[in-house]
Amino acid sequence: MELSKNRTVRAVVFLILSLYALITITPFLWSVSTALTKTHHVDLLLQNWGIPPEPTLDNFRYLLEHGDFGRWFLNSLIVTVCTTVGKAFFNSLAGYALARIEFPGREFWFWFIISSMMIPNIVILVPRYLIVHHLGWLNRYEGMIVPSLTTAFGVFLMRQFFLTIPKELEEAARIDGLSRFGIFWRVVLPLSRPALAAQVIFNFMEEWNNFVWPNLVARSREMYTLTVGLQVFKNEHYSFWNQVMAGSMFLTIPIIIVYLIFNRWFIRGITISGMKG
Amino acid sequence: MLRRLRSQKVQDIVTAYVFLVPTLMILGIFVFAPVFYAIYLSFFDYDILAPQNSRFVGLGNYLEAFQDPVFRKAVKNVIYYAAVVVPTQMVLAFLLALGVTSGTRFQNFFRVAYFIPTVTSSVVISHMFLYIYSTTGLLNHVLGWFGIPPHNWMEDVRTALPAIMAMNIWTTAGQYMVIFTAGLNDIPEEYYEAAKVDGATYWQRLWYITLPLLRPVTLFVSMMSVIGTLQLFDQPYLMTNGQGGPADATMTVMLYIYKNAFGGYFRMGYASALSVLLFLLILVLSIIQRKWFGQEVQY
Repeated sequence: MELSKNRTVRAVVFLILSLYALITITPFLWSVSTALTKTHHVDLLLQNWGIPPEPTLDNFRYLLEHGDFGRWFLNSLIVTVCTTVGKAFFNSLAGYALARIEFPGREFWFWFIISSMMIPNIVILVPRYLIVHHLGWLNRYEGMIVPSLTTAFGVFLMRQFFLTIPKELEEAARIDGLSRFGIFWRVVLPLSRPALAAQVIFNFMEEWNNFVWPNLVARSREMYTLTVGLQVFKNEHYSFWNQVMAGSMFLTIPIIIVYLIFNRWFIRGITISGMKG
Repeated sequence: MLRRLRSQKVQDIVTAYVFLVPTLMILGIFVFAPVFYAIYLSFFDYDILAPQNSRFVGLGNYLEAFQDPVFRKAVKNVIYYAAVVVPTQMVLAFLLALGVTSGTRFQNFFRVAYFIPTVTSSVVISHMFLYIYSTTGLLNHVLGWFGIPPHNWMEDVRTALPAIMAMNIWTTAGQYMVIFTAGLNDIPEEYYEAAKVDGATYWQRLWYITLPLLRPVTLFVSMMSVIGTLQLFDQPYLMTNGQGGPADATMTVMLYIYKNAFGGYFRMGYASALSVLLFLLILVLSIIQRKWFGQEVQY
């Protein structure tokens, strides 16, 4: 809704929005400048309006040389990419079967999958951990990746999207001799790029930032993801805020870059799926 | 011809199940099985380190939960937390959404900026605020300009939980703003034009057009917000080293479940019973909310 044309009102609204933007951004700027500060200068930052007296990349160098941040970054990347890609693939596969193939039991399985959306994560955290423990997947990538390779909500979204694709396109492909999987892979998926992109970007963020589950599954230092590693690192370097803040950049910078590039898809992902991953 | 059709049909059935099997297996093993396992475990005293010693205790875990002062404190904390955070973040998110759809300058910049905390990891945000809240931190420095003496926010039983509240309102306001913005954009501009012709003021249009039409979105946001706040875990865990201190001031139900299951007690059965109780609490509150907001909602 258009605000009044009154100049004063518009100026006040603009001022309030700017002030809130300042409140939102300041903590990030503050941590960036701390990350660029030498240890013995950290206490001077407050007097210096947050500008590091002698900006330095030493903290990052230290982390790469003495910490395990390289390894943790790699772990985060492996887990996030595998989970996100796997989720997109399996959700689409199941969604396609439910949307397009006629087979006995379709209704039943549809409702079976939908009903799992009613189950909150809290109830299943402990038993899920025990199951992964029994499978021997603790401290392994499988344990971090496999349990989240599909989500009911994702299946549902993909099914809804596939229902909107004209059937004629698939029939034409079938006459050309493509198999079901061929149709799915070469005709349906390319047409589903918008739905897939929104899901992939959104899931990427969720997985990259996930803390609870990797914190349970990753037991040894070399298996930590960045979120788990950063928390452990903070406990070991409690008073060295410049190093802790530098460490947090490993987590923040990639996701903010992804966000700024794919901003549109983030917004779409969040509005269609709420926060249900 | 008929045979070809039939073989086509069999092939379809096989393909369908091949497509579905990965999803069904994963949901079965990691979602459905755990639900029954959780309910089953909640009747047992189960120690993961010594499973052979597990024994059936009936409703013992549930009875213990009602007597447990820490659990009661945790329930009180999350309800207090939700009662403050849910309305505050919704009003803030709504006002921000009105702001970024009002046609002011740079509104796209504001949208992008407000959403940044949402894409940032809870670990990073918790550390950032621990640093800002520390005695010699930025917050005390800024408050010092107004003559307010420094305070150890996270170590004081009265301010530790409110400090987390403020942080989480700051974090999620942008996320709910995006949902409200989408809802606001769905309201046809003609409604406002028509009301304007009839002489309605800005506030009247807001009250009689925007708010009623936004009701489904408001319901959705409030339910998400309640579910999220009652399950609060990451931030108190990260900011108090998993202890929920000082003196259980930041203990939440999820944190207590975690502590019982993994934080040294290894009481999986008791933790499962607490999970079931938390689930019931969320269920009841969701139903009440639906009753409150839900009437006359049309999708």
